[in-house]
Amino acid sequence: MTDNGTARVVLRLDGITKRFGKLVANDAISLSLHEGEVIALLGENGAGKTTLMNILFGQYTADEGTVEVFGRTLPPGNPRAALDAGVGMVHQHFTLADNMTVLENVTLGTQSLLALSQRRAGAREKLARLSADFGLQVHLDAKVGSLTVGERQRVEILKALYRDARILILDEPTAVLTPQETEDLFATLRKAVRLGLSVVFISHKLHEVMAISDRVLILRHGKLVAERPIAEVDKEKLAALMVGAEVSAPRVEPGTPGAVLMQLDDVTTPDRGNAPGLKSMSLALRAGQITGLAGVSGNGQGALADLIGGLVSPETGRMELDGAQPTGWSPRVAVQSGIARIPEDRHRTGTIAAFDLTENAILETYAQPPYSRSGWMNWARAESFTRQIIDTYDVRCPGPGTRIGLLSGGNMQKLILGRVLEAAPRIILANQPVRGLDIGAVNYVHGQLLAARDRGAAVLLISEDLDEIMALSDVIHVISEGRLSPGFPRGRMTPAELGVWMAGQGFEPHEAEQEDSAHAP
Amino acid sequence: MRLEPIARPTIWRSTLPPAIAIGATVVIASLLAMAAGGNPFSVLGLIIKGAFGSKFALLETLNRATPLIFTGLAVAVAFRARLWNIGAEAQLYAGALMTVVLGTGLLPWSGFALLPVLVIAAMLAGALVLLVPALLKVRFGVDEVVTTLLFNFIFLLFVSMLLEGPLKDPMGMGWPKSERLIAEARLPRIVDGLRLHWGFGLALIAAGVIWVIERRTTLGYEMRAVGLNREAAGFAGIPVNRVLVKTALLSGGLAALAGFSEVAGLKGNLTLDLSPGFGYTGIIVAMLALLNPLAVVAAALFVAGIFVGADSMSRAVGVPSYLADIMLATALLLMVVAILLTRFRVVRE
Amino acid sequence: MDFFDILISASFWTAAIRIASPLIFATLGELICERAGVLNLGIEGIMVAGAFAGWMAVYSGTGLWTGVAVAMAVGMLFGLVHSLLTVPFGLSQHVVGLGVTLLATSLTYYAYRLALPEVTSPPKIEAFQPFEIPILSDIPLIGPALFSQTPLTYLAFILVGVVALVLYRTPLGLALRAAGENPAAVAAQGLSVTAIRMGAVMVGSGLMAVGGAFLTMSAFDSFFFEMVNGRGWICIALVVFGAWKPGKALLGAILFAAFDALQIRIQQTPLGADIPYQVFLMMPYFLSILALIVMSRRAEVPAALMVPFNKGER
Repeated sequence: MTDNGTARVVLRLDGITKRFGKLVANDAISLSLHEGEVIALLGENGAGKTTLMNILFGQYTADEGTVEVFGRTLPPGNPRAALDAGVGMVHQHFTLADNMTVLENVTLGTQSLLALSQRRAGAREKLARLSADFGLQVHLDAKVGSLTVGERQRVEILKALYRDARILILDEPTAVLTPQETEDLFATLRKAVRLGLSVVFISHKLHEVMAISDRVLILRHGKLVAERPIAEVDKEKLAALMVGAEVSAPRVEPGTPGAVLMQLDDVTTPDRGNAPGLKSMSLALRAGQITGLAGVSGNGQGALADLIGGLVSPETGRMELDGAQPTGWSPRVAVQSGIARIPEDRHRTGTIAAFDLTENAILETYAQPPYSRSGWMNWARAESFTRQIIDTYDVRCPGPGTRIGLLSGGNMQKLILGRVLEAAPRIILANQPVRGLDIGAVNYVHGQLLAARDRGAAVLLISEDLDEIMALSDVIHVISEGRLSPGFPRGRMTPAELGVWMAGQGFEPHEAEQEDSAHAP
Repeated sequence: MRLEPIARPTIWRSTLPPAIAIGATVVIASLLAMAAGGNPFSVLGLIIKGAFGSKFALLETLNRATPLIFTGLAVAVAFRARLWNIGAEAQLYAGALMTVVLGTGLLPWSGFALLPVLVIAAMLAGALVLLVPALLKVRFGVDEVVTTLLFNFIFLLFVSMLLEGPLKDPMGMGWPKSERLIAEARLPRIVDGLRLHWGFGLALIAAGVIWVIERRTTLGYEMRAVGLNREAAGFAGIPVNRVLVKTALLSGGLAALAGFSEVAGLKGNLTLDLSPGFGYTGIIVAMLALLNPLAVVAAALFVAGIFVGADSMSRAVGVPSYLADIMLATALLLMVVAILLTRFRVVRE
Repeated sequence: MDFFDILISASFWTAAIRIASPLIFATLGELICERAGVLNLGIEGIMVAGAFAGWMAVYSGTGLWTGVAVAMAVGMLFGLVHSLLTVPFGLSQHVVGLGVTLLATSLTYYAYRLALPEVTSPPKIEAFQPFEIPILSDIPLIGPALFSQTPLTYLAFILVGVVALVLYRTPLGLALRAAGENPAAVAAQGLSVTAIRMGAVMVGSGLMAVGGAFLTMSAFDSFFFEMVNGRGWICIALVVFGAWKPGKALLGAILFAAFDALQIRIQQTPLGADIPYQVFLMMPYFLSILALIVMSRRAEVPAALMVPFNKGER
């Protein structure tokens, strides 16, 4: 967009090194950003991108190296200095208080804490101007908790702009957006660049990096391994640079669908706080088939996962397993009915960090023989089961007595996979199974899911990553506001077409308002 | 500052912080003793001597430790499942109340038959008292810290009401106290001639039983899982609320045994000063023991020793015996920091 | 005397407002702590310490207002202990809070024994006297109840407004509330969550101590053991009852105090004489539990209450 050679340097990192214990998260990284430029910081999970940006923003102190903004060195470990120098950060996990209004969130911390009153009128005026300039429409008096994810991101950007940021750092900003919302975001960024701002765009999505950035920097294992103008690379080259080798994703052959193992018929579940429940949803999971569930996060995926996982029961409608309605639906009944559940958050719901591998391996089955008989535990049997998982699923660890919290995300996920797949499940609920894993672990998990499918299991894959959904699924549904689109066979839809559904268009008028008889065949 | 977990702590890492915590407690106590005009060395010496220095002192300490083992176990069991039972005091009085209701002649049985019945009845009473806050927690989400705390006040007033009403000893010269237990309801001494009753033996057995429950039984596994990560436990299919209620019953029952043992083993009747805060001190005992049931015994002996020793020191040199409470509160606060530092190191960002 | 007579008697409302005053201070203190995300179970002990410190200061010759300041300072000191352990170290707020209560109570009793080794009954001080606000105190019923109180009671009522104003109308209040809702939002704007939370706990603890001091310097004129008698725990229930809002907390405190004053008066009626007095004494505690149950369904708990914040983690 601009000529890098002549524009002045607005940001310069010089020899940044950061160690966490023995791990070197950033190893002597140097880079510079020019006025009006968009650079992309590309790398796998754990490559050190977020650490680097936290150092730039002053949330971490680097062990070595300096950060220079507009020619001035920033004092280390001082987010305030970074903000004042014109650095604005849009975090991957939004830093907004749900219970407070947009205006309150934006003005938080912009005045001296000793000031006796809040400047509100001036703030409104400035925000109105910024909204117009950058195309960021949002209602200032709305509680943040009531906003959509896309709107919240706009608030995050407004927050930075309100503080007169000249450099915007966006950490994985598209992870939670629909393709259309991503386009809107890019439009905003282009406007910002035209107005002379500079942007650091952190991502691992190659096509987005290609679409928005002028220059790409690639991090691997904490080191800056390559720096290329975007014109000189393509997606394949970037992928190879990112992982340090040719990528070999598992080949996906189409599955052969069998009988319907689980059937949801016009199911409604209660809303969960801000997240919608299921609205008159019908869905069939077939043996030997991966059903992909695409959608923007917070549109009912959690409700569907909770339903199938046994945490909630249908409010109305029918849920059938093998043609019969299960009674006393609960997590335990779900497990005993042959449902394998890979939870969305392996740290919070999948494992107990302070428990060792053995105690985690039997978490779902501890109450049955051979692990438990008339109230007594048989730890020897539990441990031999755990050893079997460790061997079969290649869990790298010192032994079954290791606390699971000390394992890497990939190894933790392998233990969870082993825990649920060893029971030869007939239905697999995989909720974000590869989030936060490096490519090696991603391929391993995908390979296991495909193998399970080929053995005849019905797999429900829930993911916010459209690429993952499109690569693996035999049939794709889109979920929006708790409603489900028709199933689209593999290869039928383009990402843009799915994006229309993800944005909530194409659904019939609200089904809940129709007569029940309208659904009768 | 930031806390960074340590994967494999060295021996120094695991021992030095707790040692410093104890050392600092001693230093603070010494300074306070000096403020009271005492010589710190002789004050501390007198505390140790008063607690463990003679057969009489030792027996006194063991007697004082007995209710603390029970309340310490009660708190340890509850805290393990992250059920904040601060109401051991009320549960203790519930156990004592049941003991005097049934043990003052209502059940004219032999000791062989009567004592087990009293144990079970006392435990049921204590369990019932904690059941109410536990149900309020699982049904309505009411924080059990406040309800169990408030129950302590309510229950003590309730006991006071009974002691001035239906349970009042007609021979008590107007004092609010119950009739004395019949001889069959009294716990015998472990060794004839030594002032130590079977309540202490019962406490040791209880500690062993709780240890086995936590390590070897399904319920113990469930309790630990619920305490460490309620969300993951629920997701895995552990019936979290049912486990919490079971934990409450067990915890309340244990605390009630403290009341039973004090009445049946030591006092012989129920008065309003039966417990000088054994229920609250149980929290310190449990925390110092890191919630480990076997360590509860050691912690209870330590805490009881400080109380008994401080009483004896106070009589000798006039430094107020509240020094013991200060030492324990300080030890508790410093120890939680010390335990943290055995597992995390403080680093700059 | 029947209920109606009690409810329209000025002395009843005067007593109710007097009983409410220490609760207002301590409830506001707890509210500030919890709004910033820290539960402070040290409240009971801090009230004991404040009651003693203020009274002792006056007994040793300082002025009454200096005594209030001394109580406040002592409260803040214990607040520092609580916040140091719970905020930067992120230790269990339950355990530390109970530890602080134990520490504050035992230190107070120790200090009392040191300061007054020989006495059997504690000495009295010249406590705050009622100050009748001209004209306003002449209004029937309301006048004696609201405008013939001691200066500390007026201070309590003024503080409710001040706290509400600070919380909802100043940048400081905004930052404090945000620290209790989502500390990451505070950190991302370049503010120190640690400083805000520690400051809130210290100021809140100072107010709790003033609540304690009210007992020895305004409601009574002497210090007794067991004087606080669970009022701290009741204030924690009042914060929940007040949905973490100063105005509603004030209302809760007055309602609670009115009920307390009522039970004292009913005890003295012929009806009350037939019921054991313990039943009346239990009522405040039952009422607190009832309030917790009623409010449990719709309470707007600060989202980050009891959640420690570590910048390194997400």
